[in-house]
Amino acid sequence: MQLTSKNQLANKTKKVANINIALAAATCALLGTTPVVQAEEAVWEMDTALLYYGETDRVTAVEGVFSARKDFGDEHIFSGKLVLDTLTGASASGAVAQPNAQTFTRPSGKGQYSIAAGDIPLDDTFKDTRVQLEAQWTQPLWDDMRGSTGVHLSKEYDYLSISVNGSLAKDFNQKNTTVSAGLSLAFDMIDPVGGRPIAFSEMVIDQGQFANEQAYQAAFDATRQKGSDDKTTVDLMLGVTQIINRRMLMQFNYGYSTSDGYHTDPFKVLSVVNDQGLTQFLVHEDRPTERTRHSFYWQTKYALDSGVADISYRYATDDWDINSHTIDSRLRFNLSDNTYIQPHFRYYQQAAAEFYQPFLLEGTTLPTFASADYRLGEMTAYTVGLKYGMKMPSGNEWGFRLEYYQQDPKNAGFDAPEVLQQLDLYPSVKAVIAQVSYSF
Amino acid sequence: MLKKAPVILAFLISTQLVGCANLGVQPWERDLLAKDEMALDAEGNDLGLDDHIYFSKEATSGGRAFAGGGCGCN
Repeated sequence: MQLTSKNQLANKTKKVANINIALAAATCALLGTTPVVQAEEAVWEMDTALLYYGETDRVTAVEGVFSARKDFGDEHIFSGKLVLDTLTGASASGAVAQPNAQTFTRPSGKGQYSIAAGDIPLDDTFKDTRVQLEAQWTQPLWDDMRGSTGVHLSKEYDYLSISVNGSLAKDFNQKNTTVSAGLSLAFDMIDPVGGRPIAFSEMVIDQGQFANEQAYQAAFDATRQKGSDDKTTVDLMLGVTQIINRRMLMQFNYGYSTSDGYHTDPFKVLSVVNDQGLTQFLVHEDRPTERTRHSFYWQTKYALDSGVADISYRYATDDWDINSHTIDSRLRFNLSDNTYIQPHFRYYQQAAAEFYQPFLLEGTTLPTFASADYRLGEMTAYTVGLKYGMKMPSGNEWGFRLEYYQQDPKNAGFDAPEVLQQLDLYPSVKAVIAQVSYSF
Repeated sequence: MLKKAPVILAFLISTQLVGCANLGVQPWERDLLAKDEMALDAEGNDLGLDDHIYFSKEATSGGRAFAGGGCGCN
């Protein structure tokens, strides 16, 4: 039997005290909560990103994001975001390619642009700068219940979107199950340069038939509605997050969204072609004033020994008959304690809106609604990408992402008359996405 | 036989629900789940930027987050 000296006893007590502190810290880490140290002031966590999005021969966008988050203690969290982006380039107008060159009036009514024979008509007046601001406050309420509320604002030269949101989340089953419900109300206002076109009004093209500038302007103005128009959107989202085991968690969301108001794209047109497929004139599109959408979203995250697998699937359907399937997956491999690579793959497929038509046939009855916007047509799209992340000794983190995105519009069963059969009515859109992010 | 169907169905549903109650972990088993990269909103800026791209280029939006509102970035 060994006698314990007083010194050894003191050392043991000290060790026990150290173990207690270590255990408390470890418990906090296990519970996923940050220990609140009253003496230390909470720090702001900053995430910044710069993104380049460039389509071949079409749109180029540069987008900067600055987001900040701070826990003011006891999970009273503020998060804010500022986004600035700029768009330039050309966007498909909806008109079909022709065996001859075509001339179009710009949506503002000021000036024209020409498209070469065989080329898909792209409106190159696409230019905008946008500012987006977001603020969100989240805090515990009572009995494992959390509340969150926020505002969102997005402003472009001709477009304004404001929304408010609120949600409640409650934990059950030792925080293994979280049930949430959220509501968002959005108000969008559009006031395009040159006014909003009257539904199915004919595009006025100055080919020398007008006596003077005033005569042209009067003809153009007759196709326009003055003033702004708006749209209100109500979103409801119900979600369940479930921890499956030590490595896996799942989320299920059901989203309901209903919007009422101006859904038309004032910059899109339809070609009216004769039975040979030759364009006779162009009309402005018109979309329904209501849209109700449902989405079902499932996401799973799985912790690998050195990485994370993240897979999600979304099914969406709406009363415009646009049904879509989306699979998104990110697979993170830790290369070392401080570096990782993350391949990304996304596949998307959508059916055409019931009122989508690649062109209108001359002499047939005008439909109630019609749009030739390829984004409402049948298509598949995929994204492949790779991200490399590295944590600096200071704890700050760099991320570099490079991706390729391709959209492949399809013919949703429309018979193309004669000359249109020789032309590419559904060209692919190819884009490169590059992003640098820095967190500190 | 038909009368038995609701009973069998109720039995199956109740066993599934009991199965659900067994899902999850104890507080001390959260070491992996507590990692930053396991958060559902990890890489929030990447997800937000992606949402904006696909919102502008495709007819469906939302699912992970609210679908409505947005911008005229078309």
